[in-house]
Parts: sequence; C-alpha cells; structure tokens
Amino acid sequence: MIPTIHIMLTNSDLQAIGLTVKLAGIVTVLLLLIGTPIAWWLARAKTWWKGPVGAVVALPLVLPPSVLGFYLLLVMGPNGPLGQATRALGIGPLPFTFWGLVVASVFYSLPFMVQPLQSAFEAVGERPLEVAATLRASPLDAFFTVAVPLALPGFLTASILTFAHTVGEFGVVLMIGGNLPGVTRVVSVQIYDHVEALEYAPAHRLAAVMMIFSFLVLLALYAWRPGPKKGA
Amino acid sequence: MDGIHARFRLDWAGFTLDVDLSLPGHGVTALFGHSGSGKTTLLRCVAGLERAAQGRVVVNGDVWQDDSRWVPPHKRPLGYVFQEASLFPHLTVMGNLRYGLKRVSDAHRVSLDHAIDLLGIGHLLDRKPDRLSGGERQRVAIARALAVSPRILLMDEPLAALDLKRKQEILPYLERLHDELDIPVLYVSHSPDEVARLADHIVAMEGGRVLAAGPLAETLTRLDLPIRLGEDTGAVLDAVVGAIDEKWHLMRVDFSGGSAWTRNHGIPVGCPVRVRVLARDVSLARDHQGQSSIQNVLRGRVDAVAEDDHPGLVLVRVLVGESALIARLTKRAAAALGVTAGEELWVQVKSVALLE
Repeated sequence: MIPTIHIMLTNSDLQAIGLTVKLAGIVTVLLLLIGTPIAWWLARAKTWWKGPVGAVVALPLVLPPSVLGFYLLLVMGPNGPLGQATRALGIGPLPFTFWGLVVASVFYSLPFMVQPLQSAFEAVGERPLEVAATLRASPLDAFFTVAVPLALPGFLTASILTFAHTVGEFGVVLMIGGNLPGVTRVVSVQIYDHVEALEYAPAHRLAAVMMIFSFLVLLALYAWRPGPKKGA
Repeated sequence: MDGIHARFRLDWAGFTLDVDLSLPGHGVTALFGHSGSGKTTLLRCVAGLERAAQGRVVVNGDVWQDDSRWVPPHKRPLGYVFQEASLFPHLTVMGNLRYGLKRVSDAHRVSLDHAIDLLGIGHLLDRKPDRLSGGERQRVAIARALAVSPRILLMDEPLAALDLKRKQEILPYLERLHDELDIPVLYVSHSPDEVARLADHIVAMEGGRVLAAGPLAETLTRLDLPIRLGEDTGAVLDAVVGAIDEKWHLMRVDFSGGSAWTRNHGIPVGCPVRVRVLARDVSLARDHQGQSSIQNVLRGRVDAVAEDDHPGLVLVRVLVGESALIARLTKRAAAALGVTAGEELWVQVKSVALLE
C-alpha cells in the first residue's frame, strides 16, 4: 500500500498529511483533558450559568471559522493578552506557528468533544455514583472507576469526532496558521494550493484520500453502535 | 454508646422533612409510610446522600453530622441497598462485590464469603448483571452492601421493584440476615406484610413527620395512633412452636399469655416463629361457647376501644396475658356486648398466620 501511495502523492502531500495527523492527534489528546471536566461539570451542575457556559462551548458550531480565527488572531497577536503572555514567557507570538494552530483548533473543536461527553455523562446519571459513594469510593475514585467506564462509548465518539473535525478544518487554519510548508500547511490547505495552481490531478488524489478517510470515520461511528444496555 | 440518633430538618418546595428520632442500635427498624411520607428522604439523609442543612446523625457513638461536622457518604461505614439493584453494568457480579470490599480497611465483620453464602449467589459470580434475573440482582446488591462490613445497613424498599414471586424468593434471605447478623438495619417499606415479617421496631411516617415509633408489636396495636393498615390491621406476636398435632396437621404456637393452633408448617417444636393475627379474624364473646368452629379461645381483658376507618366499625385492643390483640367489631356488636375498657371477655381467634 505505502509504496503505491508514495507514487501517487508528492512529498509535500505526505508532509501535509503527516502534519494534519499530528495536529489532530495533539488536539484530541488536549481536548480529552480539557473537555472532560467541562462536560462533567455541564452534565451535573445545577446553577443558572450552566446555560451560558454551554452556549459558549457550542459557539464554534455556528460561527464562521473566519470570525473565530479573527478573534483568536487578536488574542494571540503581539498586542493580545495571550500574545503578550507568550512573549513574556519567551515563546514569541503564536500566530503562524504549529502551536498557534493547536490552540486555535482546541477552541474550534471544543464542542465536538464536550457535547458527546456531556450526553454520555448525563446518561450515566446520579445513581451509579451514589452507589459508588456508599461503597466507600471518593468522588474522584467514583469518576474514574464508574463514570468513565460507563461513559466509554461517549469518549470514543467524542474522540473520533474531534479528530475528524480537526482534520477537516480549513478557515481557522488559514486565518491563524497561514500556509507554511511543514509548519501549518495541513491537507485542506494543500488541496487549496493545488487547486489555486490548477494542479487538478494532485488535488484529486488528496481530495480522494480525505473523502475515503472521512467516510471510514463516519462508518466506524455509525456502524459501531452498542446495543441498548439492559438496565441493571 | 448504643443506638441511632437522627434529627433532620429539610425544606423543599412542597415538602418538609422534620424528624427527631432515637432508634435502637440493633435489629430491624422499619421506616413505614406511604410514598411521599419522607421515609426514603430520611434514609438518604442518614446516608449523607441528601444533605439537610440542619441535622444530626449519630450511629452507635459515631457522629456523622451535626452543626460543625459533615462526614461525606463515602466515609460513613454504612451499607446501602437501593430500590433498583443498581449494579455496575461494566463489572461482573464478583467485580461488583469486590468494588466496595477493596476500599474498606476495617476488620471485616461480614466476610465476603459469608455474604455470598448468606444471599446464595455463589453460582452467579462470573456473570454480568444483565444476565441476572431481577431477584438475583437484588440479592447481589444486598451482598455488595454487606461486603463493606457496614456498621449499619440502610435498605430502601429493596423488594418494591420486584414481582410477588421474586419477593418471596428474597424474603427468606432478608430473614436470615436479620437472624444471623447483629448490625442494625433501617428498612424503608410501604408494605405492611414486609414490616410484619422483618421489623423489630417501626417508625411510621406521614408528610415528612414521624407519627409513631417503637417496638413493632406494641406500636402496631396502639389504637391512639393514626396508623391505619386497613385490612392489614392486626397484631404481630413473637411465639414459639409449642406442640405439633400430626393427626390434624396442626401446630400450636405459644406466645406470652396464651397459645393458638394453626396449620402445621413443618417447623420443629421449640423454634421461634412470628405470627400475625389480623383484627378481622378476632371476635369477642361474653360466654365461652362450647361448640364453635373457632377453636382458639383465649381469656382477655379489654384495654382500649377506638374508632375504625369506617363509621360502622370499632377496633378493640384486648390484652391476653402480656400480648395485645386487636379485634375489629361492628359498633352495634360492641354496644350489644357492652365492650368497655377493663372488661374480661373471651377472645376468639379465627386464624393465625405464620409469617415466614
């Protein structure tokens, strides 16, 4: 398989694919860490500001990527708060770097991690955690030994959606990352470049790779549906 | 210090729990009442699953809650059985049993093997909860609660979600628990049957308040309390099998103050049994009629008379020795008989039900 792809795809195509996978992988792992507590809180909080927080988390679903990219550019730019913080830390400004892209993608893909997890936690309900408490498990202990195992299908769905959505982003990348080979030029941008340069054949090949990938991801998501669990 | 003290005040929209209870630190105490009476909320407050702003819980000397202290539920040495078994679906039966056991450091009062044996679930250990019947699941849940060696066992209508057949399947296990373990049990129930069979003490609740609390036999036969069990009104007596009549398939149960014959259930002489005498099965007579189909006739003294739910009926409490029985009569019969407190009468008991 690999030699065949090699013949079909150029080195810069492969570089873009590698970069995309790296970006999506890092973003998925980061969002598992960031999104899980947010989803847990959203699933269980009873305060009024649960609503506003939920709405903010969902914003990237409806905002044009250019709007999100624009604000992120301001925040991460030399005069933005995050930009000044990174400069003070000696990292330099984040826009047009790989890590700038990671930060932007974390925001952009947040709802794809949080929402499935929130539903999964809500489906687990209060009772198993109460049972765990009466069996001497501390809240943290109960979270890892009861809530996480019971919400495992939700974690899988959320991770797959986050990974796939990050692979598929384009607007935010263009705004924040630009188009630097090996740094921020991911597959979607590479295809754009091919098309701009009227290189339809390589655009076709890369587009086909994306199509197949996306289809397989969604197939995995929809075909793999655990049967309804009998109430125990 | 022996005993359980529970005082809570909890205000919710449309519901107030306001109780102050001192309960014995041994035996089964039934929290009895209709749904909405606050019995489950009271149990959850004792467990710490619900937090009453004002409250005090002391269990056999350990303070779990007072004005300055709050012990979170996972640090309270209790066992809790929910109405639905609520087994962890991702663990096997053994995994469920070991979940609590692993987290307990105390010396084990109830060993896991003992709990498995007591509930008869040894053959189910490798199964997942979705492969168990409703009754089996509840037995596992009870064993799981016992495996943490609780100092008190809290049970929230453990049989309510089961059909009659499953109930019959579990009740003997609960009775074994009662007989073999000496940890106090708080048992929430709305079923007079379960209470009569299992409880030693009863707390009757209504509208978030305690109507009455005390030893079962005494409390059930108090007429000054508005505990109305309807058709189930009656006395519960702790008795011993005194004799067996093989020819007529009968056995005699002896209780303090008298004895009565009932169907032979194959229980050996000398065994303790609990019997129930329903008020509708007890009648009163001035003379000892020689010929009657009712053969259990005891001498008793009228202790109290009270209105029953129906305007045509009265309930009469009669003392037979130290045991109290309740008779349900029509007002007309009571008037014709001249039933008044202090009167000596013959008490005819038509039927004595063995609770097993």
